[in-house]
Order: sequence, then C-alpha cells, then structure tokens
Amino acid sequence: MGDASQANGKRDIAGAGNCRSLWIIKETRKGASEVDGQRDGCRGRGLRRESDTCGRGHCDGIKAQGLLNWDSSRRHQLELFRCCCAGNKSLYGTRHPRLSYGKPAVEPVRKSARETWSKHCDKAEFYSSEKVKVFDSVAVNTNDMWAMMRKAYKITYERYKDEFSWFFLAYPTTFAIIENLKYFLLKKDPSQPFYIGHTVKSGDLEYVDGEGGIVLSIESLRRLSRVLEDPDKCPEQGGMIWKLAEDKQLAICLKYSGVFAENAEDSEGKDVFNTKSVGALIKEAMSTHPQQVVDGCCSDMAITFSGLAPNHMHVMMYGVYRLRPYGHSYSDALVFLPPPGSDND
Amino acid sequence: MHMSHLQEMASSKSLMNLLTFTFGSAIGFFVCYLLFSIILEEQVKIQPHVLHNDPHGQHSADTDNNQLQGQMNFNADAGQHKDEDKNIAEGLYHKVKILCWVMTGPQNLEKKAKHVKATWAQRCNKVLFMSSEENKDFPAVGLETKEGRDQLYWKTIKAFQYVYDNYFDDADWFMKADDDTYVILDNLRWLLSKYSPEQPIYFGRRFKPYVKQGYMSGGAGYVLSKEALKRFVAAFKTNKCTHSSSIEDLALGKCMEIINVEAGDSRDTSGRETFHPFVPEHHLIRGYLPKTFWYWNYNYYPAVEGPGCCSDLAVSFHYVDSVTMYHLEYLIYHLRPYGYLYRYNPDSSKNPEEQSENEALENNQKLKQKTSES
Repeated sequence: MGDASQANGKRDIAGAGNCRSLWIIKETRKGASEVDGQRDGCRGRGLRRESDTCGRGHCDGIKAQGLLNWDSSRRHQLELFRCCCAGNKSLYGTRHPRLSYGKPAVEPVRKSARETWSKHCDKAEFYSSEKVKVFDSVAVNTNDMWAMMRKAYKITYERYKDEFSWFFLAYPTTFAIIENLKYFLLKKDPSQPFYIGHTVKSGDLEYVDGEGGIVLSIESLRRLSRVLEDPDKCPEQGGMIWKLAEDKQLAICLKYSGVFAENAEDSEGKDVFNTKSVGALIKEAMSTHPQQVVDGCCSDMAITFSGLAPNHMHVMMYGVYRLRPYGHSYSDALVFLPPPGSDND
Repeated sequence: MHMSHLQEMASSKSLMNLLTFTFGSAIGFFVCYLLFSIILEEQVKIQPHVLHNDPHGQHSADTDNNQLQGQMNFNADAGQHKDEDKNIAEGLYHKVKILCWVMTGPQNLEKKAKHVKATWAQRCNKVLFMSSEENKDFPAVGLETKEGRDQLYWKTIKAFQYVYDNYFDDADWFMKADDDTYVILDNLRWLLSKYSPEQPIYFGRRFKPYVKQGYMSGGAGYVLSKEALKRFVAAFKTNKCTHSSSIEDLALGKCMEIINVEAGDSRDTSGRETFHPFVPEHHLIRGYLPKTFWYWNYNYYPAVEGPGCCSDLAVSFHYVDSVTMYHLEYLIYHLRPYGYLYRYNPDSSKNPEEQSENEALENNQKLKQKTSES
C-alpha cells in the first residue's frame, strides 16, 4: 500500500545508497560518562538491529558518535542514526502509520485528510465501510463503528506488527501534526503498553476520546489483538441494551489486558490532543470569562484538533506548515523534511 | 340491499382506518428516521459562505455570531518559547520602525479594536486607534469627523495628517489597517527592509482598475514610506489631490499617482501575494470565490487560488472576525510543527524545493564537521 511517489529519503544526504540520516542530539549531565536514555542503535526507535529487515528497509545502527560542547554548561551527545530504505520507504527514528476510518458519506472529508496532513505519516491507511474506488482504502464491510474499529486494528496488527512501533488512529474530521506526535513519543518506549490521547472519565471508565486521536504502542496493539479474540472480555456486540461508543469499547477491552488510558499534556499542562477545533476552543475559553483576559487556549505543541470541515483542513495545512513570522527560529533536536511531491506544506 | 349498503360502508370505513393507520405510521417512521439520522450523523459545522460583493464594500451591519466579550493572551505561555531565537526579528524591529494606525469607530472599540489591541497591534513600534471621537480610556484618537462609509477618505486624510503632525519622526513606515485586518508585522518588516523610507513608495494588495499604476486595497491594509507620507500630506495643502470621495482606497491611489509615489510590488521572492483582501480560507480553497466575482478582474497581478495564493510570509488578511484574530495569532506565533524544515526559504533566490534539499545537505555537512572537530 506504499505510494512510491510519497517516499521520503530518495536522495542520499549522508552517504551512498537510498538513505536518510537522522541526527539526534541528546543532553548529558556535565561530566557524566553515560548518556541519559541511550538506546541501542535503532532498536529503541522501533527499528530492528543492523541488517534486519523492517518491512522493506533496514537500519545501519549508530554511525557516528561524538561530543559537542556548545556552551560550558552542557555537553551534548551527538548520535547519528542512519536508516536506509531498500525499497521506496523511508524510515525515521520512530515510525508509526496512521489509520483513518469513516463511513462513505464523509468522502470529501476523508479526501481532505488524504490531501493534507496524512502525507506526513510514514504510512497512512484508510479504512472504509465500503469499497470506494476513488481512493485506496481498505474495505471493512460493516457500518458498525466498533466492528470497523476491531477490523481496522486487526488488519493493522497483522500487516504492520514488524514494521512500526506506534499506531495512530484518527477520525475523518481530525487534523493531526505528525511531527509533534513524533516529538511527543520520542522518549517513550513502545515495548510498554501505551494508550494515549485526550482522556474522558465516564463513571469508572477512563477512555481516550476517539475524536482527539488514539495512540497505541506496539505492545498495546499486541495485547489488543489477543483480547479481541476473547468474546467474554471483548465482545463484538458491545453493551447489553444500548450500544457503547466504539472508543469506550476499546478502552474496556484494553483494560482487560492491563492497558490503561493516559492523558497527553505539554509542559504547561495543556492538552495536546484536542477533540475540538481551534475556533471552538477559543470561543469556549472566552465564554467562561467574558470580561477578563484568559490564557491562550491551546498548546504550542498540539498534536490534534477535531471537528474540522474539509476547507478547514486546508487552512490548517497553510497555517501550520507554511504561515509563519520572519525572523523567529528554534534550535530543535530533530529535523523533518517536507514530504516530496506536495504543494500545500 | 340493506346488507350490501352496510357492507359498503363497513369496507369504506375499514379502508379509512387502514389509510389512517398507514399514514400515521409513515409519519412515525419518518420522524424516527429524522431523529436517528441527526443523532448518528457526524456533526461537522460548516461556516456560512460570506462573500463581500463590493470591492470597496465596508463593514456595515455585522453579523454578530462571533461576538467575543473577553480577550485572550497567548503570550502567557513563556515556557513554550524558551528555545525560540528571536534575534533576527528583534533586529528588524529596531531597524524598520513601523507606525500602525487602525481605522475604527466608537461602536467598534469594544467589539473589534479591542481584539486587534490584544493581538497583532502590540508588535507595531507605535500603534494608534483612529476614531471619529476621542476615547481616553481605550485610548483612541478623535479625528473630529462623522462616522460612515462616505467619511472614510476624509478620516484617512485626517488620520495621516495627525500622524504627520505628531509622530513623523518616530517611524520610517506608516501602515493603515482596519479593525478587521490582521497584520503580521515581522513579515511586513522583512518586506520593507529591502527599501528605503526616503523612497516615494507604498505597498499593499495591488488592484488594477481606474489607476494606471494600480492602487492598494483599503481593507488589506497599505503602508506608506516616510517620503510618501510627506508628499501625501503636502498634496492637500496645495490642493493637488481632492478631499472628498466615497471610495477611500481608490482616491488615495489616484492621489499617490498624482504626487509620483510608486505603487510597489509586495509579492514575495517566489511571486506570491502577501497582502490579502480576505481570510486565508477564501484564498486557499479552489472555487471558493466564484469566477464571476469582482476580485478576479481587480487583481493587478494574475490572481491565484489554492496553495499558491498566499506567501508563507503573508503580511495581512482582511474581514477577520474576533475569533479568527486569535486563531491567526495562535497559528502564526504559537502552534508549530516541531523540527519541520519549511519549503520556502525567503533569504534565497533559488527554487524553493531545491533550496530545502541543499539546506539539509548543508546542515549535515556542518554537523559532520562539528563531530569531527570534537
């Protein structure tokens, strides 16, 4: 399902072959001989050891190490990860595909996701309740949202369990900033059972609201695929009389496997997964304190906004990936190149 | 005979009952269907399609759907900006001094001008709010005119006169904006840094009708050089330009031509427009503005819709309501994609695609050097 024209890393930047280099700069304590959070080559990034094939690519492991003294107070450990693509797929440190699913009635909505932010995923797959010839989506032949979700996760696990370490599911009206998602997940170990998003408490159950996007680590997906086979814990027909929403169903099933929902926040305590649009959040924040000055509604490192019409997706693309003030720069530890063959980012 | 008559009646009665029953259940099903489809369908709010049918149309009756009472301060989150390097922007702030004046009125101070003050106006070297009446608290300058569309040009002349009399030495460039214009000062400074304030020139969204060298759209905002302001103010003392017109931007444009102030090209190095007469959505979405719309015939340069409409370093947008003011403030100065290498590099004259590849190569070379050194 890889789209050859969407491959990153076709041109070599660091050496020979079809490779891309990812420079990671980590901070060490001054004088410390060990680097905090050091990982074995690419393994910690969800890729296997050298010469192993991750799908159609392989990783060279750490190519170079060094120490940079940028200022006297800190020493920076520089690690170069070199990850090469034998096929037309590119690898970054952590890799995760994105799942999107929805009913065919929302074609133009899903189309806008495909034309916009999903180009920034390492792999994007679309699940549709019907076989839609217009795009390349996977048909799941059901209109029931929970059944659709089960199938989507099952298929994803079967196809991609060896290639990816993080799995992000989005609804058709959600806009996601994948770079911020990658940065958010950078220091998290995917072999732990993570289930992250915008959490909501419903009685005893804490679940991730699907509107804000659902992030699962490979370990959680592994456990989920097992519990999906258990009809007592995770039945196909959820709920006795009234059907439970599919995101709640997911939480229940995951809970049985010891996977619990986690809310995602930035360093200031602001949610990074949002179930509403920026405009809605602004209005909400200001309606609670009509006569005062309130703090900014949203995080600088927000990952998702939802409830967006197709036009708004295009506006977000421009607003996030292009529109900016001249003369402001950041010293980010990662570099993400824009996807090739795209004109709106 | 009696029997058949009764039978007829009975059968017609049961037919009636049947019809009533069928009709009733049809209504019932229909209502249930409506209810369920409302509940189960995904709710996506589509904004009303508002088009401004007159190029010189001002903002008469405002639809107050998006009326905001309070204000929002995005700058309280200092923690998220600790890695930000603003040296270049700050350098330009001191090098390219811009005085902004915002056209507003007594009824709009709380409705609109307040949100301008809470967002982009803070980045001007100096900002003045021009109203027909003075307001010491806001504060707003009283131009002693009436309000209304036909007064706009007169207000503009008086506003520039006031700026010339009181603040001429305090700035190099003089920007006019409406209370529903959003201006990105950093990008305006970058544009103007390539010109001298002693040049007789002005910039904005260039329109082509009526004036040979073109004139600048009022709503998208326009900015005069020091020399241009000097000549403009002098033109009224010597009666080179007329004082009255109901079309502010056109009259100003005609006057500029008379006094030999050049209508500048405000497009970026890749030819994309920077001043915009509408909000981003209207420009970015193909087909949003119908082909019969006046806009396509007014634009001096070939107008583009879709991603090519707008520069990454856009300077202004117009018809921005209060929610959108904060929305833009957030998207421009706060939300960002971590580590993303932007395609367009304003400081290079090369093809943007090539540029980002070359930059990545350069960055890698630099880092390699650093590693080998240490």
